[in-house]
Amino acid sequence: MNYDVSVDGKAHRLELARKGDQWECKLDGRAVPVDPVLLRRNVLSLLIDGVSYEVRREQTVSGLRLSIGSARYAVELRDPRSLHSWQTESGSAEGKKKIVAPMPGKVVRVLVKQGAEVQAGQGVVVVEAMKMQNELKSPKQGIVQKVMAVEGATVNAGDVLLIVE
Amino acid sequence: MTFKKILIANRGEIAVRILRACRELGIRSVAVYSDVDRASLHVSKADEAYYLGAPPATESYLNIEKILAVAKRAGADAIHPGYGFLSENPKFPRACKEAGIKFIGPKAEAMETMGSKTGARRAMEKAGVPFVPGSLRGLNSVEEGEQVAERIGYPVMLKAASGGGGKGMRLVFKREELRSALESAKSEAARSFGDDEVYVEKAIVNPRHIEMQVLADEHGHTVYLGERECSIQRRHQKVLEEAPSAIVDPDMRRRMGEVAVRVAQAANYTNAGTVEFLVDQEKNFYFLEMNTRLQVEHPVTELTTGLDLVHLQIHIAAGGELPFKQEDIAIRGHAIECRIYAEDPDNHYFPSPGKITMLLPPAGPGIRHDSGSYEGWTVPIDYDPLLAKLIGYGTDREQVILRLQRALHEYFVGGIQTNISLFQRILADGDFQAARLDTGYLERLLAREHEHVLEGMSPAEERVSEVVAIAAGLFAVLDPAPAASNAASSISEIIAKSASGWKQAALREALRG
Repeated sequence: MNYDVSVDGKAHRLELARKGDQWECKLDGRAVPVDPVLLRRNVLSLLIDGVSYEVRREQTVSGLRLSIGSARYAVELRDPRSLHSWQTESGSAEGKKKIVAPMPGKVVRVLVKQGAEVQAGQGVVVVEAMKMQNELKSPKQGIVQKVMAVEGATVNAGDVLLIVE
Repeated sequence: MTFKKILIANRGEIAVRILRACRELGIRSVAVYSDVDRASLHVSKADEAYYLGAPPATESYLNIEKILAVAKRAGADAIHPGYGFLSENPKFPRACKEAGIKFIGPKAEAMETMGSKTGARRAMEKAGVPFVPGSLRGLNSVEEGEQVAERIGYPVMLKAASGGGGKGMRLVFKREELRSALESAKSEAARSFGDDEVYVEKAIVNPRHIEMQVLADEHGHTVYLGERECSIQRRHQKVLEEAPSAIVDPDMRRRMGEVAVRVAQAANYTNAGTVEFLVDQEKNFYFLEMNTRLQVEHPVTELTTGLDLVHLQIHIAAGGELPFKQEDIAIRGHAIECRIYAEDPDNHYFPSPGKITMLLPPAGPGIRHDSGSYEGWTVPIDYDPLLAKLIGYGTDREQVILRLQRALHEYFVGGIQTNISLFQRILADGDFQAARLDTGYLERLLAREHEHVLEGMSPAEERVSEVVAIAAGLFAVLDPAPAASNAASSISEIIAKSASGWKQAALREALRG
């Protein structure tokens, strides 16, 4: 199985193959000895050359998250051969990025227009909730394909506000 | 005499903390709950639980009539208010008294004296307690404010007499700024507290916030149990607390403690209370205010004194005498508390309610975990999003820092965001480790952290990034169905269940202990 994996924006190519009860693993073309055991749903014990990692997985409104210790990573996983990677829902498969409301609230300002070029980390929409203003940022560099957010409108958590391509 | 049944007029971790004490003492506990708390931990852990009303606190945890009706129905002979909600409202002990139910806390009159910051300042002046120079009453005019400010010197701080949580506070550096600052402080105070009384005091630059725990029985005995360092704050909300303070030596502790006892006695104070001080860079301390309740951070005092404050509160309220004298109290070891909140560190610490899909709590030596949550529980949007308190205890400060770093590494809360990573940053920070703290510490750390983020990944971080990539692929083959993607729907559900919850959530700042 081959995957394109992005961890906090850094791209990796991963190849996994089952050999008996073992796994052969290549990351970015380099062989890595792995010994994985699924402890329970969403918790993986991973030994790499004797180094032990407890990795936890969760699915959030803004995508897949993996954690080791107190650090949490935004992860995108794609099987290049598969039309239906389980990340397609968030739109990453086509290189599109949906910016969704993390919490219910009110759109205070839309900072970009359709067709505008945006940088990764650039603020695109300001949502107010709990009397706090919250600037949502573009996760990637690209072009604003569509703006759904309307200033003054009330939004629910998970509502798509804007798409960057 | 002791109580047979105690009603706990609160929710979350503190309700669980109190009902645990009740069970230890063989007293039946009565929980109360709103619509969104039926599945909360304090309900299932209590001996009895009764419904109060809709999620808005005014319909439930702030509703004196409903709570007293439940207390009578259940036959409770005492009520513990916890912190926040009704705990510092003098109407509550008064109503309890009329209903013939013992309130576990101070008398209404003591709450009233301490409830107004200007009232407390006047009482403290009589008792000869040092406090920050300024006006003893609310300002009647801008001119009066300017006169006082000239006398004590700029910068000055304008403060709402009924204030708390940073609301109605303005820092003023020069005369020209005073008028507009006073007007905005007054209107904010009126909006937040229904009282526009604003007074002025000298601003202490980069103070430490250190508080003294006191305990007073109803037979005239008052003792102090040592200080807590609470300088690590964000927007005037405490985030991390410890005992003892690294800058307080035995002599300073005795002097602060004796002042705190004098403060309590001047107000005829009974039960557990906390006297807050501002401490300047020369270690001068000034009375700030008294909190007339059990504090969120009481566990650090429990661990360093070996006492159980909730047991003692119940003992005192039942008419018992303090079972020890001042000279019997010794401070041993060190303790640090981290307030674990459902909030998003990557998003300005915005509240992050929702369903906890996974919970791996820490354990092991020197770790106490006071929690109100469990795996599968949905954190409601209606209340303060404090999930749990992680408290580390050890021989000295250095050891506690190491223990907490280890415990935080074990700690995992999935499905929602938490501020766990913030504590790793604080505990690893050189200034924190050297105890170079003041109330501006955390804002400075967060500003620095921002620069760090821009520097990019270190080699160690690169390596972990590779491990994460491998794990992502292995999850896909070993545990193919994605983790339940219900974060969005669960939040919408909460909203749907409580249409007015959103407005109520604005109250949560006022509800924080």
